[in-house]
Amino acid sequence: MKQDNMHETFDVERIRSDFPILSTKMNGKPLVYLDNAATSQKPNQVIESISNYYRTYNANIHRGIYAIAVEATDAYVDSKVKLAKLVNAKGMEEIIYTRNTTEAINIVALGWGGANIKQGDHILITQMEHHSNLVPWMLLARRNGAVLDYVKLDESKSMLDMQSLEEQLENEPKIVAVTHVSNVLGTINDVKHITRKAHDHGAVVLVDGAQSAPHMQVDVQDIGCDFFTLSSHKMLGPTGIGALYGKFDILDKMDPVLSGGDMIKSVTFSDVTWNDLPWKFEAGTPDIAGGIGFGAAIDYLNGIGMKSIRDHEKKITKYALEKLSGIKHLKTYGLGKEDLERRGGVISFSIDKVHPHDVSQVFDSEGIAIRAGHHCAMPLVEEILGESAVSRISFYLYNKESEVDRAAQAVELVKKTFKVG
Amino acid sequence: MALDLYAEDIVSHYEHPHNAGVMKDADASFHNYNASCGDDITIYLKLDKDKITDIKFKGTGCAVSVASASMLTDFAKGKSLKDVEGMNVKTIIGIIGIDPGPARLKCATLSLRTLKEAVFLYEHKEADRETKAL
Ligand SMILES: Cc1ncc(COP(=O)(O)O)c(C=O)c1O
Repeated sequence: MKQDNMHETFDVERIRSDFPILSTKMNGKPLVYLDNAATSQKPNQVIESISNYYRTYNANIHRGIYAIAVEATDAYVDSKVKLAKLVNAKGMEEIIYTRNTTEAINIVALGWGGANIKQGDHILITQMEHHSNLVPWMLLARRNGAVLDYVKLDESKSMLDMQSLEEQLENEPKIVAVTHVSNVLGTINDVKHITRKAHDHGAVVLVDGAQSAPHMQVDVQDIGCDFFTLSSHKMLGPTGIGALYGKFDILDKMDPVLSGGDMIKSVTFSDVTWNDLPWKFEAGTPDIAGGIGFGAAIDYLNGIGMKSIRDHEKKITKYALEKLSGIKHLKTYGLGKEDLERRGGVISFSIDKVHPHDVSQVFDSEGIAIRAGHHCAMPLVEEILGESAVSRISFYLYNKESEVDRAAQAVELVKKTFKVG
Repeated sequence: MALDLYAEDIVSHYEHPHNAGVMKDADASFHNYNASCGDDITIYLKLDKDKITDIKFKGTGCAVSVASASMLTDFAKGKSLKDVEGMNVKTIIGIIGIDPGPARLKCATLSLRTLKEAVFLYEHKEADRETKAL
């Protein structure tokens, strides 16, 4: 009720004023940052939380009795409590901090996979995966003599083919790993449905949330997945920290991947007892400042509200798709503006005859940061989209329509420079 | 500043590259790939003793890499294998007439690296570190 009365409006300018980098220039023009799928910018609140830790209570966690060590430990643990709430885990015991999504997936491939994947077993992923949710499984399959299968894309080349999923599940894979949101196409996969189907076939499910957690409400219990991974740096937090969510019972049974200090309860000269969750998986001194900064980022996201962020991104994505679809010799990939419920704010595109690197170079000269390449999804870009590279625009809560207009102007400049059309 | 990269001659070499195509009876050739951009090039050489009498390249890539290949192949025609061995980053910057900056340097040097590797391969030599770093 209280919230309804407040009737909060989404104030982009106020949000932008929290991000110092957004008032800087690049190549003499006001920076337009449209590479959020690669990494997000950081608000003052996050930057200050990190410098505040180093300035006023820097100490190692867990071991200290003295006040600032307790303060640092509390702040680090608090960050996990916040993340557990954000994704609706049952508790912070289910939140393991890692360096990033990639490391989180590797922990599952090495720890869970190493122990459970046997000769001849099937591992199922999709054609839409980022290399970080592909290569660890390929390696695991090679190492343990397993078979790596892929759920295909359907004819739209934008969505997973549910028929293909059903067929692949007949192989009774031991694990299904799927991205929540594609970092190339922007497609939001129905991971709840996929998880239910996979569970029906007895598979364990990992959802790569690197591109979903920053942009929408995530409820790991509702999805039902066994593992969920994310990166702080894509959701306003610092680099160097990410998370693996895992269901308590599975994590509890898993052996740790890295070992050493902090992850043990007791050690004798001949034996060791693992520490309690989540610490069992965090060997050695973690990225304390990173954890604390991530906590501040989650506070910031909560202050705006994940639903409002998603609504804002839907609006700007619609605006951009409309704008771009009116440009001749430009082609966008992924679902169209009619499908905003099933697509996030990532738009890959190409311009006839112009290499994506040349596109981003011209954008750069206009102060606009976009990415060009295979976006760490080489098989998807090359074998499905049939391109050696594509250009990509990706939005976040601080982007505004006037920035889309500047991007559209840059497209015209590209076309003029390369005499397209 | 960045737009200088698309000076008229770079764009025109990109649109109409010189020495483009496959050479069927090449004496030496090499294929190279730049994984981060997806640029792909093969260079073919026709030799008379240690002299390059003809040169062609085939490939796909951005304007910087295609224009560099176009200009480099013009430049290399008539040169000796020893000349090619001595070519380096400065050579290619001199040829294209612009320093592409760190983000695009690899695009500009891909053709030179490929040309040098073709020559080293022909001479049964290991490519030197300078070449591999191109
Ligand atoms: C879908 C997806 N998965 C995984 C990753 C890897 O994230 P990180 O580099 O933070 O490990 C990314 C980041 O680009 C991504 O977009």
